[in-house]
Amino acid sequence: MGVAVSIQQVVKRFGALCALDGVSLDIAEGEFFGLLGPNGAGKTTLISCLAGLARPDAGRLSVLGRDVVADYRAARHLLGVVPQELVFDPFFTVRETLRIQSGYFGLRDNDVWIDEILANLDLADKADTNMRRLSGGMKRRVLVAQALVHKPPVIVLDEPTAGVDVELRQGLWQFIRRLNREGHTIILTTHYLEEAEALCGRIAMLQKGRVVALDSTENLLREFSGHTMSLRLADGAALPATLAGMATLGSDGGWQLSLPDFSAVERVLAALRKAGIAIEDLRLSPPDLEEAFMRVMQKGRAS
Amino acid sequence: MTGFRTLLWKELLRFWKVAFQTVAAPVVTALLYLLIFSHVLDEHVRIYESVRYTAFLIPGLVMMSVLQNAFANSSSSLIQAKVTGSIVFVLLPPISYLEFFLAYVIAAAIRGVVVGIGVLLVTVWFAPPGLASPLWILAFALLGGAIMGALGVVAGIWADKFDQLAAFQNFLILPLTMLSGVFYSIHTLPPFWQQVSHFNPVLYMIDGFRYGFFGISDVSPLLSLAVVAGAFVAVSLFSLALLKRGYKLRT
Repeated sequence: MGVAVSIQQVVKRFGALCALDGVSLDIAEGEFFGLLGPNGAGKTTLISCLAGLARPDAGRLSVLGRDVVADYRAARHLLGVVPQELVFDPFFTVRETLRIQSGYFGLRDNDVWIDEILANLDLADKADTNMRRLSGGMKRRVLVAQALVHKPPVIVLDEPTAGVDVELRQGLWQFIRRLNREGHTIILTTHYLEEAEALCGRIAMLQKGRVVALDSTENLLREFSGHTMSLRLADGAALPATLAGMATLGSDGGWQLSLPDFSAVERVLAALRKAGIAIEDLRLSPPDLEEAFMRVMQKGRAS
Repeated sequence: MTGFRTLLWKELLRFWKVAFQTVAAPVVTALLYLLIFSHVLDEHVRIYESVRYTAFLIPGLVMMSVLQNAFANSSSSLIQAKVTGSIVFVLLPPISYLEFFLAYVIAAAIRGVVVGIGVLLVTVWFAPPGLASPLWILAFALLGGAIMGALGVVAGIWADKFDQLAAFQNFLILPLTMLSGVFYSIHTLPPFWQQVSHFNPVLYMIDGFRYGFFGISDVSPLLSLAVVAGAFVAVSLFSLALLKRGYKLRT
């Protein structure tokens, strides 16, 4: 598999603010890649540099080997971007919008593909509706459609599901997954971490313009999150001192224990038995990206 | 080429879809000017011996409409796209800055000429101004529209808000066009203001355009053509330089 997107030592400053502080990462063809980070981490700036909407102060970016500055025409042909802001041109209908966008990419008579996109995004019955008359969720889907008119091999989605209801979100992901299966590389930023966990094979986490974690979703979960045991002890008993180190007390009076591995379950139970403490309630939850994300961010802040 | 053609087509559709506001309204405005000024002045003012004041006024009004509407087209399209954010739709595709420039300028010149034809059609009945050399008319209309279209690109890129664009329009474009001899010949001005007027490039656009109708002008039409062509090159180069740098468009 070749490299779909190469980002090398990219620096971008806005006055005194260093939005990107030497970001480097490679995304392979066919990946479903997640770009995560808190607001202001530089995700959108990085996407803007990739799309030619912003110019990096240093470093290079390329799409399938085409430099986004020197060979911008080729690079932009290979890239489809769904912008984060909900923008639209109020003069046109959905179909006109998509025909115009096709034309910008040099495509005429693109209606077969346009109809397919519209059907997949559940917009077919809105094709001749003016953009102004669409709901927010529909406008968001038209933005997705606009990014896909030229069948770009690399698709960037900058928070595509903000403000889209659950049902439509599922439909959207079904379509994006299909495109990914068909070979399109997908780059996703989102604040819905469960979405990223379910969809992305690999994830980069950004913080203050730096990559603070870059690994497969599986490895990130293993390294930065584990199974969590939620315990409620009878009679409000205190946790034995041997366990206190791995536990935090929740606001509801229950304890949260992060387990490094499953053998820890036995150690916890043994310690409780030895102290003669009865368990009122016990639950085990699997690792999740939210916890991994929080830990990576804390680690980043500490360093 | 398809990218350029589509952007041009989109820019034409954009004003044509709201033609009532972008074409009909300025035609009515020009008609009102004509009715009022010709009612008040036709009997009393004669600028060229052989030409009635109303006939003299018509080419001026036509050209003023061409210029103002060409400027309005590119500038308002860009500021609107910037303020709403829909500018990304033309920044993401592989459209070169030259194609971008040409599409906006040509669309602006076409809007200007369409409005100009409209103004001519409704005013010509009052006092047919003659048709001495149609090619001059066409050349000045297209060049004038293109200059203002290019200036509109500059203004649309520079302005961050609608009121900044309105300031550009009210304090630069409007005075330059109103004080360019639309309503009078500069020879009727005191010598000092005649001198000042010669620094206004719009004067040459109006005067050269009027020459096409009457075969008479304040300035030699060749000089006017040279000044207007020079202005076009200057404004275009400036506008292209901004676009190439991505000034305010690509941060």
